[in-house]
Amino acid sequence: MTDMSYLDGNMLDAPLRELFAVDLSGAVGRCENCGAVGPMGTLRVYSHAPGLIGRCPSCAQVMLRFVRSPNWARLDLRGTTFLQVPMPLDQPHPGPI
Amino acid sequence: MLSAGPTPKVPLDSWEFVITTETGAEYRWSWSELMALPQETPRVDIHCVTRWSKLGTTWQGVSLDTLLDGIDTDAAYVLAHSYGGYTTNLPLDDLRGGRAWVAHTFEGGDLPAEHGGPARLLVPHLYFWKSAKWVRGLRLLSADQPGFWETAGYHDYGDPWREQRYQGD
Repeated sequence: MTDMSYLDGNMLDAPLRELFAVDLSGAVGRCENCGAVGPMGTLRVYSHAPGLIGRCPSCAQVMLRFVRSPNWARLDLRGTTFLQVPMPLDQPHPGPI
Repeated sequence: MLSAGPTPKVPLDSWEFVITTETGAEYRWSWSELMALPQETPRVDIHCVTRWSKLGTTWQGVSLDTLLDGIDTDAAYVLAHSYGGYTTNLPLDDLRGGRAWVAHTFEGGDLPAEHGGPARLLVPHLYFWKSAKWVRGLRLLSADQPGFWETAGYHDYGDPWREQRYQGD
């Protein structure tokens, strides 16, 4: 495993903005394979492929696949246990919602 | 040159190619065993799904007809799998009839690792994502099982002449 032909995960912001109403640039994800938790912006993105592949920076397993056809977009997140998105409530609240 | 991940380095002394039938029978070849089989030198056009084609490329490798010869199977599909974890699905018939090879030489030289060496599948009549780089083996299957790109929305067959890029094309 020697090549460095990947981009950093921040390049996913624009393609995923088409898909999500929330801004994913500050999102944190957990790798299903190794359990590493970190900003999605640290994924290693292989873009010289039919779609975009985001790999875990710790174990290199695939966490995200994104394919954009002329008619649809498909996001495959089977390698991601969770995505946590910054989403502050408009009003402070005293306890569990 | 397209890649879905880092380039695996596969030493020839530990390289192997395995065909596993739908009943679990395994047929294995080491690198030296592969080289001892009859070699062919196909000159073919290749077509990438990202809209480039390369005409008249010359390869050397072993025909899948040779590798499948004598293997008892009723399978209709294949899931090719690679060092590095890549997979892609094809109908078994498309690997027969002098149309598919395990290729180890490109334009007279060893196939470079970034192009899929030491050996890749070569199925030039389908889009090139079906020609799995760093091929490690074939699983023969009764039912079609989508591979790496196919589960992400790419076509299960991938005929370049019908522009079968995405599912539904």
